[in-house]
Amino acid sequence: MNLPRSLVSGFGASLLSIGLIAALPAQALDAGQIAPPFTLNDPAGKSVSLESLRGHYVYVDFWASWCGPCKQSFPWMNALQARHAASGLQVVAINVDEKEADARRFLGEVPASFTVLFDPKGVAPGAYNVQGMPTSFLIGPDGKVLFVHQSFKDSDRKALDEKIAALIGAKP
Amino acid sequence: MSRTPALLITALTLLTSSGCTIAPPKPWQKGVLAKPEMTMAGDVLELKLSEHTYSSKEAASGGFGVGGGGCGCN
Repeated sequence: MNLPRSLVSGFGASLLSIGLIAALPAQALDAGQIAPPFTLNDPAGKSVSLESLRGHYVYVDFWASWCGPCKQSFPWMNALQARHAASGLQVVAINVDEKEADARRFLGEVPASFTVLFDPKGVAPGAYNVQGMPTSFLIGPDGKVLFVHQSFKDSDRKALDEKIAALIGAKP
Repeated sequence: MSRTPALLITALTLLTSSGCTIAPPKPWQKGVLAKPEMTMAGDVLELKLSEHTYSSKEAASGGFGVGGGGCGCN
């Protein structure tokens, strides 16, 4: 009789398929890997690509208007941009809000003195496999990821400042 | 018995099993879920108060809602 065996094989196959789907969420992009390219628009509608920043240290931060820790990170990123502008560091904050208006309202409350880009379709966070908001990536002049930081707390400031300064070879 | 029913059942199980899978929203797609009205509790103020009590009694905080995008940082 074939039926029970077919049932077993059928369920086995379905379990396997579920297992495969469950196994899909991979790790976020890690240090040493090549940062995936992106080309997105800034609030003025100007197109900015990662490629155009090649040769600079780029601090890519993924944020959303609905994310509490992101709000805390903006003043810190303003300071980071100001401090390391001479070292060629460029802070690029990629917004992942589906509605651009939400992002603009946030920027009205929390001003940003660095590059902000809009990615309403979530293409870049998909390519970087972002696991939570906010997540940031320090990218070297060669386009390789130097380190990844997820979430943001005010208590992270000192450690982040020191780590970034050491990696880009500047004073903290 | 021919192999047709076996194949049919295998195919059907495979096809329908995809209906059981839920694709969770990606961390950057949680804008709607992060809204206060999307919390499981009926009353937001009541939830805040009980969270406050819970975090002080259990010396634990975070893990409520998706304001931080599910990274456990908010």
